[in-house]
Amino acid sequence: MKIDTVKVFLNELGKLTQFSLRFFLEGIKPRYEFNEWARQCFFIGYQSLLLTGVTGFIIGLVITIQSHPSMEAFGTESWLPSVVSVSLVREIVPVITALICAGKIGSGIGAELGSMKVTEQIDAMEVSGTNPYKYLVVTRILASTLMLPLLVITSDAISLYGAYIGVNMKQVVSFSLYTNQVFAKLNFGDVLPSIFKSFFFGFAIGAIGCYKGYNTEHGTEGVGRAANSAVVVATFAVFLIDLIAAQMADILHIT
Amino acid sequence: MDAQPVIVTQNVFKAFGKNKVLQGFDFKLMEKENVVILGKSGSGKSVLIKCIIGLMKPDAGSIKVFGEEVTQFNTKQFETLRAKVGFLFQSNALYDSMTVRENLEFPLRRHAVSSDGTNMLDLVKEALGNVGLEHTIDMMPSDLSGGMRKRIALARTLILKPRIILYDEPTTGLDPITGKEISRLMLDIQKKYNTASLIISHDVNCVKIVANRIVVLIDGISYAEGTYQELIQSTDSKVKQFFD
Repeated sequence: MKIDTVKVFLNELGKLTQFSLRFFLEGIKPRYEFNEWARQCFFIGYQSLLLTGVTGFIIGLVITIQSHPSMEAFGTESWLPSVVSVSLVREIVPVITALICAGKIGSGIGAELGSMKVTEQIDAMEVSGTNPYKYLVVTRILASTLMLPLLVITSDAISLYGAYIGVNMKQVVSFSLYTNQVFAKLNFGDVLPSIFKSFFFGFAIGAIGCYKGYNTEHGTEGVGRAANSAVVVATFAVFLIDLIAAQMADILHIT
Repeated sequence: MDAQPVIVTQNVFKAFGKNKVLQGFDFKLMEKENVVILGKSGSGKSVLIKCIIGLMKPDAGSIKVFGEEVTQFNTKQFETLRAKVGFLFQSNALYDSMTVRENLEFPLRRHAVSSDGTNMLDLVKEALGNVGLEHTIDMMPSDLSGGMRKRIALARTLILKPRIILYDEPTTGLDPITGKEISRLMLDIQKKYNTASLIISHDVNCVKIVANRIVVLIDGISYAEGTYQELIQSTDSKVKQFFD
């Protein structure tokens, strides 16, 4: 790797960090853009619900179907609900939901802010006396930070229902027995870290999408590049945060 | 009483890397005056007005607006200034996700005399009336033609009744007839509100209609200055090229 590439990477990382930290400085100061934040919560949260919910259902179903033969071979198929539910809630659903959001929300924010930048709408906002960072960036980052955990919780519930259907494809298990088996193994140590890391996933997706869009250059070609780059970097960030979260949970013995 | 200068630039320099755009630009805009800055694409016209409104910072030199040195302004001071200085963007810069009404109400959020919605609506209707587009109030910018968008952008600029309006290429991308309509509208507005206007353009038709005075920007400096009649008679080839 050339030294210039390293310099460019570090420079970009520094700018992204600076851009993200500005969120905390600007976010606490009034004026609060409540209406725009609520609008973004609707777009980021409600409008992603169907996609993340259906994906959660399919993931729950598929993981259960695919786990069944192995567990049957070891004679442990009665453990299927508890084993599948722990892996879904702890790891699979939060990461899959975050990856879907990195694609949908990251690219959406990147393209929207990018096109606003190249058509001078961000400058127009500044000229009209509105702080564009506060109006466009703070609202979007806050909305994605708060909506992602809600999407993860919803997808967790839907994926567990998908797993219930998966379990019933090979055997007959009542819903109450299935629920008992799931919650016998699933505890706060499984649920809380997954929700906690979802806040970081949401923050990273929002911040990266906003950073890429807000700093778009080179006209309409730059808008496409910003959207694409937002997805790639946000996807990488999701895996990185997941790795750090797993290490932290291990160090703190949250298992 | 003599007209007072509202914008004065002295020895303004701005460069992007090795590309020196402004190289000691001097000029004055007086009250109730329409001045056109004429120059080729990439000559630094837009950079100049962005420096005046605080969207860019000059590398050196002085820019005074209403007698205050804006190159040293902080964000709050710029906010106060921007209530008195309107800016019409070349691309119109209408917010795509908002209706015409919301676009016009946007500058009022910070500067409106009252937070009462009725008052805002009156101001929006008045601004739309000035550009003859009252019927578009609930339409989206994407439903409007290029000329209509320009008029709406002009209405948004006017809504705070600024004392100075900065126009960045107001007729670019419009057909000649619509371009003339916009130019006449700019003139009507100037007469109605007694605003001073700084117009960046390379459209001679627009210049002919609106300019009280023309400043020719060549090589980053104020190369020539005069009325339209004076400049079309210039024998200098660099000036003549704009009017041929």
